[in-house]
Amino acid sequence: MTDIELGAFRAETRAWLEANCPAEMRDGIRDEETICWGGRNWQFTSAAQKTWLEVMAAKGWTVPTWPVEYGGAGMDRAHDKILQEELDAIGARWPLQSFGIWMLGPALLAFGTHQQKLQYLPPIARGEVRWCQGYSEPGAGSDLASVQTKAVSDGDYYVVNGQKVWTSYADRADCIFALVRTDPDAKKHLGISFLLIDMDSAGVSTKPIRLISGSSPFCETFFDDVRVPKSNVVGTEHRGWDVAKHLLTHEREMISGGGAGLLGTRALGAVLAEHEGGMDAVTRAEALTCEIDSLAIGLTLERYKDQAESGGGVGDASAMLKYEGTELNKRRHELLMSAGGADALQWEGTHAGLAADWLRTKANSIEGGTSEVMLSIISRRILGLPG
Amino acid sequence: MSEDETMLQDAARGFLDGAAPVSHFRGLRDAGATHDAALWAEMAAMGWTGVLVPEDAGGSDMGHAAAGVLAQEMGKTLVTSPFLSTAVMAATALRQIANDRTKEALGNIANGSVIYALAVDETHKHDPDGTTLQAVADGNGFRLTGTKGFVVDGANADRLLVLARAEAGLTLFDIPADRTGITRAANAMIDARDAATVTFSDVQATGDDVLGHVGDAMTVLQPALNAGQAALAAEMAGLATGAFGMTIGYLKERKQFGVEIGRFQALQHRAAHLWCESEVTASAVRNAGRMLDQDMANATLAVSLAKARATATAKLAVIEGVQMHGGIGMTDAFDMGFYMKRARVVAEWLGDYGYHAERVAAARGF
Repeated sequence: MTDIELGAFRAETRAWLEANCPAEMRDGIRDEETICWGGRNWQFTSAAQKTWLEVMAAKGWTVPTWPVEYGGAGMDRAHDKILQEELDAIGARWPLQSFGIWMLGPALLAFGTHQQKLQYLPPIARGEVRWCQGYSEPGAGSDLASVQTKAVSDGDYYVVNGQKVWTSYADRADCIFALVRTDPDAKKHLGISFLLIDMDSAGVSTKPIRLISGSSPFCETFFDDVRVPKSNVVGTEHRGWDVAKHLLTHEREMISGGGAGLLGTRALGAVLAEHEGGMDAVTRAEALTCEIDSLAIGLTLERYKDQAESGGGVGDASAMLKYEGTELNKRRHELLMSAGGADALQWEGTHAGLAADWLRTKANSIEGGTSEVMLSIISRRILGLPG
Repeated sequence: MSEDETMLQDAARGFLDGAAPVSHFRGLRDAGATHDAALWAEMAAMGWTGVLVPEDAGGSDMGHAAAGVLAQEMGKTLVTSPFLSTAVMAATALRQIANDRTKEALGNIANGSVIYALAVDETHKHDPDGTTLQAVADGNGFRLTGTKGFVVDGANADRLLVLARAEAGLTLFDIPADRTGITRAANAMIDARDAATVTFSDVQATGDDVLGHVGDAMTVLQPALNAGQAALAAEMAGLATGAFGMTIGYLKERKQFGVEIGRFQALQHRAAHLWCESEVTASAVRNAGRMLDQDMANATLAVSLAKARATATAKLAVIEGVQMHGGIGMTDAFDMGFYMKRARVVAEWLGDYGYHAERVAAARGF
């Protein structure tokens, strides 16, 4: 790919976005209120949000790197990067985000049959079906492979019974991808299947979970004699752990971006400097170290994205990205709270949302594998330490 | 890394494992030597000393990213050479000025026939702007008076780049190290390398000895310092990798309580944390080299980011290295102490963590 071709692509993209991105979608805000999650029951917050999703989906630009036949645009990393830069340049909101795009899609692309890809991927790309993730259980947190939700064979169907926890947006999702035990007699990693379940099925129910930071998207999800076609297994029956591991890699990369994703927007120093009276020397020193680490972690994410694009993959190093990114995000929010002082202690007011965000970041180093699990993965798989 | 960089790295590692493993450094230290002329000549023959010298001056001109690759490999086994002083910093300074004299000087760097040292620091901290060494006008030239400290490679150097304060402002001189009035005293350094205190008393310098323009040292010196800081960050990243490699090896073989100590989660997690930090630092180091090659005038943030991160990571690597080795790590017979002492010296050289953090702060709105 020559620079001339990429330059032409940038110019075309800029012109197209200028012509097609509604003005209301260019406010640069990407908070919860403005996110378009899509799905069967999605209520667009404005006509512009609907238009934006439709025109982007028609170009395959909600999932630019997916193959065209599955709803994407078949872009390589260089083009995708340019598209993201041009979207950022006009402050465009994301047309669509979802666990389908981030998690299930990559897993289906790697493990799904052609038929499954044709059936599930285009509706994800168009924002027509919203997915949630059914992994953790009350007794299966860090030890995820000990999941106990049962799927018992009954002809062409499984009958599913059990409980999932930390299922984000389960109360609003159309479907769930879940880890279920299909062979109770096998060793724990070898008896699990990766199963796609429609949330409208009889016997599925959900209950929201309230966190220390307030209301949350997390739910408990219950399965009570839920019948699921066996054709909904992704990958090989009983070998769902392979799919799950692949998907967890994507989840780690996604979560690790949380800390560094803020880097391109605003320097921590500039944010903190706005507070009246400035910073005391101790806070300033801590913030400066945090800023240095933020920049270096941001460069590391870029480096690994480039490596993944050039075919090298990220593999187990995603544990490093997840560990560094989430620990950084926690530090950053501690500093923001400290800078806000007493003003940041109220749920409402000038710093509304900050305290809730600060509390919520504490889960970053737990969800998707704790920091300690990440360090254990690195220790064994990368450093080759015994254990 | 690019394919070229990977090839260079493999070639460098292959050569250094044979010619300059840590035992080579130990030999120099035991002999009280701070320079190996034969090793330097081999580096010249391979094009390393000319890594930043233009091809028309006889160099290989591979660029700053490549210089970083070489420095990193040298750092892994504590290779002792004036590579940074001469091949990186002096070469970068000299190539800022295009004339026959600098071309000849650059050619001498490329062919390995000259060693340069930068005489910049005066107090216990790196502070070029605070330079007090006087360059007093005298006829058509100057007389230099004052003292420089922590002049790395200053005892072995043939020539000195001296930062002095003239009436018009900071001025950089390129003079022979043995000019009348210069006294050099080698310091007994904790890392057993060459650093000298250099005293100037009424040292005569002509207008021709000025590199660049009078009162405008930074146009020449700033790129050289940036290049040196980036390469030093690369050396420190290599140093951290070398120390970490020893530590991981030890965790796998040392047995206590009947098992390899690497089975203990308390040590596993600390080792894994250190590896993560090293990966993050590697990104900053690589970025600094690339930025210097692409856009030198705007590379300061990238360079200081790399030096700050490398300083922190090398420190962590040697502290954990000694601690995880236990008692043997404290003995002089074992190599880990060499890494610790070198890490402390290069933490200070060309600006410590605080110096570079402040440059990041300035660039990021603090």
